[in-house]
Amino acid sequence: MRFFDNRNTLGRVFMLPAGVLLLLFLTYPLGLGTWLGFTDAKIGRAGEWVGLDNFQFLFGDSVARLSLFNTLFYTVVASIGKFALGLWLALLLNRHIPFKSFVRAVVLLPFIVPTALSAIAFWWLYDTQFSVLSWALTRMGLIDQYIDFLGDPWAARFATIAANIWRGVPFVAITLLAGLQTISPSLYEAASLDGASEWQKFWYVTLPMLTPIIAVVMTFSVLFTFTDFQLIYVLTRGGPLNATHLMATLSFQRAIPGGALGEGAALATAMVPFLLAAILFSYFGLQRRAWQQGGNDK
Amino acid sequence: MAAVTLNQVRKSFGSTPVVHGVDISIDDGEFCVLVGPSGCGKSTLLRMIAGLEEASGGEMRIGARVVNDVAPKERDIAMVFQNYALYPHMTVFDNMAFSLKLAHASREEIRQRVDEAARILGLTEYLGRFPRQLSGGQRQRVAMGRAIVRKPQVFLFDEPLSNLDAKLRVQMRTEIKALHQRLKTTSIYVTHDQIEAMTMADKIVVMNGGKVEQIGTPLELYDDPDNLFVAGFIGSPAMNFIPGKFTAGGIVAAGNVTLSAPAGVPLESGREVIVGVRPEHLMVSDAGLPAEVVVVEPTGADTQIYCRIAGVDVTAVVRERHTFRPGETVRLAPQLTFLFDPASGQRLA
Repeated sequence: MRFFDNRNTLGRVFMLPAGVLLLLFLTYPLGLGTWLGFTDAKIGRAGEWVGLDNFQFLFGDSVARLSLFNTLFYTVVASIGKFALGLWLALLLNRHIPFKSFVRAVVLLPFIVPTALSAIAFWWLYDTQFSVLSWALTRMGLIDQYIDFLGDPWAARFATIAANIWRGVPFVAITLLAGLQTISPSLYEAASLDGASEWQKFWYVTLPMLTPIIAVVMTFSVLFTFTDFQLIYVLTRGGPLNATHLMATLSFQRAIPGGALGEGAALATAMVPFLLAAILFSYFGLQRRAWQQGGNDK
Repeated sequence: MAAVTLNQVRKSFGSTPVVHGVDISIDDGEFCVLVGPSGCGKSTLLRMIAGLEEASGGEMRIGARVVNDVAPKERDIAMVFQNYALYPHMTVFDNMAFSLKLAHASREEIRQRVDEAARILGLTEYLGRFPRQLSGGQRQRVAMGRAIVRKPQVFLFDEPLSNLDAKLRVQMRTEIKALHQRLKTTSIYVTHDQIEAMTMADKIVVMNGGKVEQIGTPLELYDDPDNLFVAGFIGSPAMNFIPGKFTAGGIVAAGNVTLSAPAGVPLESGREVIVGVRPEHLMVSDAGLPAEVVVVEPTGADTQIYCRIAGVDVTAVVRERHTFRPGETVRLAPQLTFLFDPASGQRLA
């Protein structure tokens, strides 16, 4: 067939399946969701264009505002926690430890367990009557009353954040570990001859060399945390008193069980500017460094 | 500046010994080259002096101080690494200033010392650049600049030129030597390239298999090698070795080729020996040994003749211009020979 001899034609034909998939499962739902956000659609009734009404309503809605606060709080605290613990774990795993590859594999476990499954495990850990944590703390004599992990607003916020950190640390740790391994050992040798202490080696060599990877991994981490749904939905369903409702869970709550598709979609659409801001921040603020953009490499 | 003394220094990795009891003494201001094939322990020895590897035994002194248990940063040494180990995220200025900054030197002092080093090395216009924006030779200079701003007691060089192309290597070799003549800081330089060793060193330490084979000035090693290894390692092209039997009439090699023995050698007749002849000591002469020409390589200044004498491949370097053809038989007379013991490799005469 002559038709397929043309490189450009052939290239387009090969790209077609991927293009169709992207269009069908990415662009269409995103477009539809955004469009719904500007309508008053309800389940079972096609909506009509209402402009910014949904957004105006949500802005005045105290639960929606609370969910925004929760999402920001959840994202900021969990991301800082994941970064600190992940970096620490990566530094530990980068040393010569016995059973190195086994330990590295084990570290990945929280990441590969289905979220719903680990959420159920955490639910059990946080149970008001059967919580292992409360039991252990009581036995150690640190508390005299079982903690109501998921019943008190602030306790619930921190409990869900802890579960999220537990789940997110492996991704950060393994990625940063990969970054650490690209740093030439001779840089550390040079630094120790230059008179650097262990801390100074970390501050002047490890951290700056790691910034590009930190930027990438933390961007992903922030995006995943900001849009988290499963963990919250299984653990608290947004309770108590909407204290753990994130924008994603509230959006689902309003749209599907609540039936207000337009309002839910508007809430979901409202997340987009935050996500874009996170990406742009990492792109401009952290990722580009003069020393990386080669110039003439040899 | 300080002398460096190694006394029975050993190193084992696990149960594998890699350096077996090395004694070296390097005088204050001397340029000492550790040379040997890869895996001979020379880099390990240098890293022990730097404090990057711990010695398994023996004693290392810098000046009067025993440094075995002194941290690298307390040893007052600077090292130039094979891959330069420049901090990629710092400018040339910051790379050179880093050690001074850590030592809490004042801003003016840092500026002054870095500027001075940059001027010596011709790096002044590159101070604001990042390592990636520099050529290989410039990076090499930055690595040296980083060493000299500190004014250390000892410079250590770990194969610093092996990542450069041949032409640049020769140029940098001269620059390092000139720098040493200017600063007169005790330097220890590791290389596997015997030409680098010969051209740069005040003192050469030839190492092999974790042991010191011979220590001496370049010409001492060339003129008076202690053993087969040193004889074969120093000099380019390498020394020719022809096995034979010692007799009263000379040394008889395969095919009844007889080489004259060095005078006054008290050896019993019939003893197996190895005769060493440097390529430049073979002269075309009618009284010489018959040699079958294999390849002739004129370089202009001289001509290298690859040939076979007594069934052994031999290289000769001659100054005169000859028009030998492959397959032809010429006569080559050794002007100077060395005798070695085949079993121990030790020099007999």
